[in-house]
Amino acid sequence: MILKVNDLEFQYNSHKTLKNVSFSIQRGETTVILGPNGVGKTTLLKCLNSILTPQNGDILVKDKNIRAMDINQIAKEISYVAQKNETARITAFDAILLGRHPHIRYKTRPDDLKKVDAVIKRLDLSHLCLKYLDQMSGGELQKVSIARALVQQTDLLLLDEPTSSLDLKNQTDILGLIKHIVKGHNIAAVMTMHDLNTALRFSDQYLFLKDKTIYGAGKINKISAKMIEAVYGVSVEIVYHKGFPLVIPIENKKAA
Amino acid sequence: MHFENGEISEEYSAYIRKKTVFIFLVFIVLILMIIISISLGSVHIGFIEVIKTLLNNSDSRQFELIIWNIRLPQTLTAVVAGAGLAASGAVMQSVLRNPLASPFTLGIAHAAAFGAAFSVMILGTGVMASSLNDALNISNPVITLSSAFFFSMVTACIITYISKIRGSSPEIMVLTGIALGSLFMAGTMLLQFFADDVQLAAMVFWTFGDVARADWKDFYFLSGVTFCLLVYFLANTKNYNAMDMGDETAKGLGVKVEMVRLSAMMAASLATSVIISFIGIISFIGLVAPHIVRRVIGDDQRFLMPASILVGALILLSADIVARLVLLPHVLPVSIFTSFLGAPVFIYLIIKGYRK
Repeated sequence: MILKVNDLEFQYNSHKTLKNVSFSIQRGETTVILGPNGVGKTTLLKCLNSILTPQNGDILVKDKNIRAMDINQIAKEISYVAQKNETARITAFDAILLGRHPHIRYKTRPDDLKKVDAVIKRLDLSHLCLKYLDQMSGGELQKVSIARALVQQTDLLLLDEPTSSLDLKNQTDILGLIKHIVKGHNIAAVMTMHDLNTALRFSDQYLFLKDKTIYGAGKINKISAKMIEAVYGVSVEIVYHKGFPLVIPIENKKAA
Repeated sequence: MHFENGEISEEYSAYIRKKTVFIFLVFIVLILMIIISISLGSVHIGFIEVIKTLLNNSDSRQFELIIWNIRLPQTLTAVVAGAGLAASGAVMQSVLRNPLASPFTLGIAHAAAFGAAFSVMILGTGVMASSLNDALNISNPVITLSSAFFFSMVTACIITYISKIRGSSPEIMVLTGIALGSLFMAGTMLLQFFADDVQLAAMVFWTFGDVARADWKDFYFLSGVTFCLLVYFLANTKNYNAMDMGDETAKGLGVKVEMVRLSAMMAASLATSVIISFIGIISFIGLVAPHIVRRVIGDDQRFLMPASILVGALILLSADIVARLVLLPHVLPVSIFTSFLGAPVFIYLIIKGYRK
């Protein structure tokens, strides 16, 4: 088991956002956190690598409690791709090289450059290496952020809406690559996502958030129309295409 | 770009070389300007004579006196103060992720000026005189600096707090800077109101920032503190680069964002305080120098910081040379010229749109 969360509780000021959140994630699995807007998906993701500090509960990464780890140790175990990509007049190469930050003490080593180069090739980013971030499209920036997280070489990848600014081809490429890396390197990924069909196509496990806690969790092929309706308030039908579930909305109850 | 052998590619090396060449050129120009600065003034001293005097090989006792007692401390003070203010501006722009941040625009300079004036007038840590060059003679630099640092730190903490709760958009930062700057200017005016004639003249002269008033003792103190802070900024460029990617990404990369931000603001406030305590308010260097550098070599802090330090030193030194020569035999305070330079750049940034 790579990640175990026990009774997590988080509140902003006095407003409770998450309560009694417990789940675990195995190696080789891609997990997607789903739920309506504002339910706390991003908050949960930020708690997992201590960007936000939960008031109660434990988060164990490879059986180590992250409360006992300093931020650099956490960065060696967990990498994070934020929802919003900030820009600066820095080249894509230097931005990706920042992924080695937790591992570099004083000076960049040849080994760091090799790792960066491998990821750049794998994501087909060679043509962007000397382009400045502030001259890039949203999709290119997103790829650079994902490349930086992969360069960090952690056992757990956290991705907040990783495909929000990507077109269909890039969505398919990036999510396929993440799934491939998760399986190939026997690590784990946790993502938040809005698009149910994309989420179900590229994940192994789902986690539904509702009323500040986990409403349901399980393997993707166990997802039910009833559960989606309970979480989103929309009637849906699930059909299977080549073994992958496809969610088709039938009717919006409130609108009806 | 290929790095199979763990070596930098030729394209990337060429890209890095361009930035390094820029820094090297600015350094060469700065050295030339130092010699020009020592050479020019109401008494003209030839370049050869300047170099001979600096090498203790001069025949002229008069030139020796002028160079060692007046021109050299003034020139080196301009270099150190320009470097310190520019580095403070660059670091504030980075950690607040705000293109208009600088010690002057955020009101930190005014707070430091108030703190120094408060220390001299109320705590009696300096002697005031009604002459421009020696308006303020600080007898206890540690207490004066502590007072200036205290008030600039209060301002820096307020700004850091506001940036945390309201975000650090350029508008919020500039408006906060106006409010805090006005507050401390009012405080300085209150001190002036209760000052006697000599104190009043001294405080007015002192607010005209001028590098000519620092002697060797002041310079050693100023350069010692500034040098340590510059080393600190340079050692942290990797963290500032990570913070340029956003707070959450930086935290995900193992950067203690809040601590780095607060310590950077403290260090920048200390640099501003020590410079302002000794030479008065010098405006806009902290804003203009990093912006010029950003336009030429980008935001990568590994190059931005050393280049800003050199460009800041170069701008303040150049402005000081102009201030010395423009109305000979009168010597004008350098802050007048940095404002003439800085205000249009500031307005330009507002009109053209700012980019950090």
